[in-house]
Amino acid sequence: MVKALASARRHRFAPVVLMLFALLAVGGIYAVAAPQAAVADSASQDDVTEGEKLFQANCASCHGPSAEGRTDVAPSLIGVGAASVHFQVSTGRMPMAANAPQAPEKGVQFSTEQTAQLAAYVASLAPGPAIPDGEQVDPALGDAANGMLVFRTNCAMCHNAVGAGGALSEGKYAPSLFNSTPTEIYEAMLTGPQSMPVFNDENITPEAKRDVIAYLMEQRADDSSPGGANLGAIGPVSEGMWVWIIGMGALIGASVWIGAKSS
Amino acid sequence: MSTTTPLAKAAGGTADFFDTRVGAGKMVKEFARKVFPDHWSFLLGEIALYSFVVLLLTGTFLTMFFVPSMTEVHYPEDALPVAMRGVEMSEAFASTLNMSFHVRGGLLMRQIHHWAALLFMASIVTHMMRVFFTGAFRKPRELNWVVGFTILILGLAAGFTGYSLPDDVLSGNGLRITDGVVKSIPVIGSYMSFMIFGGEFPGTEIIPRLFTAHILLVPALILALIAVHLVLIVVHKHTQYPGPGRSNRNVVGYPLFPVYVAKAGGFFFVVFGVLAIMGATLAINSVWAYGPYDPSPVGAGAQPDWYMLFLEGSLRLMPGQPEFVIAGYTISLNVLIPAVVIPGLLFTALAAYPFLEAWVTGDKREHHVLDRPRNVPTRTGVGVAILTAFIILVLAGSNDILATHFNLSINSITWVFRFLFFAGPVIAFIVTKRLCLALQRRDRELVLHGHETGRVVRFASGEYIEVHQPLTDHERWLLVGHEPVRPLEIGPGENERGVARPAYKKAVRRSKLSNFFFADRVEPVTPSELAASHGHGEHEEIESAESNEGLLTNASTRG
Repeated sequence: MVKALASARRHRFAPVVLMLFALLAVGGIYAVAAPQAAVADSASQDDVTEGEKLFQANCASCHGPSAEGRTDVAPSLIGVGAASVHFQVSTGRMPMAANAPQAPEKGVQFSTEQTAQLAAYVASLAPGPAIPDGEQVDPALGDAANGMLVFRTNCAMCHNAVGAGGALSEGKYAPSLFNSTPTEIYEAMLTGPQSMPVFNDENITPEAKRDVIAYLMEQRADDSSPGGANLGAIGPVSEGMWVWIIGMGALIGASVWIGAKSS
Repeated sequence: MSTTTPLAKAAGGTADFFDTRVGAGKMVKEFARKVFPDHWSFLLGEIALYSFVVLLLTGTFLTMFFVPSMTEVHYPEDALPVAMRGVEMSEAFASTLNMSFHVRGGLLMRQIHHWAALLFMASIVTHMMRVFFTGAFRKPRELNWVVGFTILILGLAAGFTGYSLPDDVLSGNGLRITDGVVKSIPVIGSYMSFMIFGGEFPGTEIIPRLFTAHILLVPALILALIAVHLVLIVVHKHTQYPGPGRSNRNVVGYPLFPVYVAKAGGFFFVVFGVLAIMGATLAINSVWAYGPYDPSPVGAGAQPDWYMLFLEGSLRLMPGQPEFVIAGYTISLNVLIPAVVIPGLLFTALAAYPFLEAWVTGDKREHHVLDRPRNVPTRTGVGVAILTAFIILVLAGSNDILATHFNLSINSITWVFRFLFFAGPVIAFIVTKRLCLALQRRDRELVLHGHETGRVVRFASGEYIEVHQPLTDHERWLLVGHEPVRPLEIGPGENERGVARPAYKKAVRRSKLSNFFFADRVEPVTPSELAASHGHGEHEEIESAESNEGLLTNASTRG
């Protein structure tokens, strides 16, 4: 046996067999040690089945019967993960009401349970980013100052310095973040919906994502605008408009009052 | 009538002390008796004056806490706001945060100061519009127009230098644009940029330099020019709106003391009050939202204060193509044209307008009675055209805000404004001029016919007429008091011996411009026309309709 092995060492197929073993070993180690992306924690087979029914009834007309997408109509959803589905559906962006430059946020179409079922179905098609858990998005655990630095380097050019939103080309826009939940903010960074780039965990670490959430939540604290009404937080344009309307308006009114007497 | 009470004695003694030493009696007599006509629009300049006083008061407070230094520090971990704790920033930014969050009344003072700056510029522009549209810049006030114009430019400089002081991301973006604009000037651009910033942008010297300009140089110049502006008002006497008993040789109104001292003094507190309310309730320039300056980030909605917004708009509208590299040197016409040439043209036109109009009319007389804007249709049209160009640029500078708030495509907005920048002023000119002429025709109609009363009378013959009530003398004065201005007429180009007249070409140019200004006109009703219309009795409708038609065709042939 040993002798047979020893003689086989020099067999001309030996390198191929060795290579196969090596590949198996690397693949095996990767399968165990690779970072666990994906899979909504408590998704049962029932959820997947229900989700598939909902998908066929509400999404398949654009995204295709097996979520493979249709050219120039809708993207493939294979591998987008539960986070993406949860973001798009729970903010009302999907199903899309009309073909527009960008899917607007609107009334939510599905219950929380249905949304989770849809997410479970899409996540079952291929691994993708999972919905973040409570701790990952807890603003109390984040550092708002670091969040400010991350936000203004990566996000402010589209979303404005405090997340009031801004314009993109051809009718697209970066929406205001004032009403987004921490989970939605995290999912948006993770999945890059619509025109937004994906900020994966290498790019902005999960901790930094939480810092960004802390910074954004800081903007809607009761004392976030110590100077008074923030006028939409969109900067000098609204300030200029109000100095004409309120300032000049009131003072021209006063001038008319003072100058009205006689002649 | 006891004049010998101790108080009266003391007052008399003090007055005498000053009178015999500095001639106080003469000054008081001169100023206290200065007559000030009553009209709300004469108070617009006062809004500017008072907001400047508020700027000086609040600005003095701010200098006590602001540190004009670009030395890098870390914001303390126990200070507010939370989002700035431990962040690296310049001392200028840190001291701005500190005065906003930790100095009692500091944020209020900062906000009043900033609102007052915006109001200062807004009231200057409004005041300037009043002066322009009523022709108050005519002789002898052309130089005072130039003084006022210079204050406007200095106001821009004051706003710009102050806006940049906190060293935040937003104002830093503005400085970066300034740097780009300066560098776009051919040949000397890069040298000038290095001179301004003390090296490559942003360097470490710009904040202290802006500080000196902002708290010393610019306000001192503004103050000096305000003094000149006011002295010239006293020298020229105040203008007045047309009306019965008002002429170019008198001023009808109230004396400065006591009436206008009370009115103007009270108005100061009204202005201060409005600014204080705005400063207390409306947040302005919350620099902690932008963060300390760092050359890499730019936030969406990055715009300058409103009075600089036209420059931003001009830059945003300009297509990027016209940038050339010639023999290794870059010529950035895409920056030079919108940021230097276009504002240069707009401002030069504004400053030179009084001289241009004086040259066109050839009018060397003094004018103290103001024009009603409708009676000078071309000037009013030109004014509205300049304003339209300015407003289009302001809107173009806000194109991203328009896009998000009205669900529009920013590309479409930009293209629309690119065309409107050229077409808008022309349309505005034509529409305004037509409106002015129409209003003048209505005035004529009113003078000739009187007011409609709605009372219809039937004669014994069966004829119906509507009774018209004639205007009172006061009403009529206002409508017929102005003098008609006709285009200049030039003689032939050669004299009777066939010798060419010198400067004939110049005269032709002038006559063309004069035609542009005055060919379309509706002349005020003359006494003979009025008498004729009254003499004709019930036929007046027919008569004046014909004469009006004549004017209409006269005007429309020039259309």
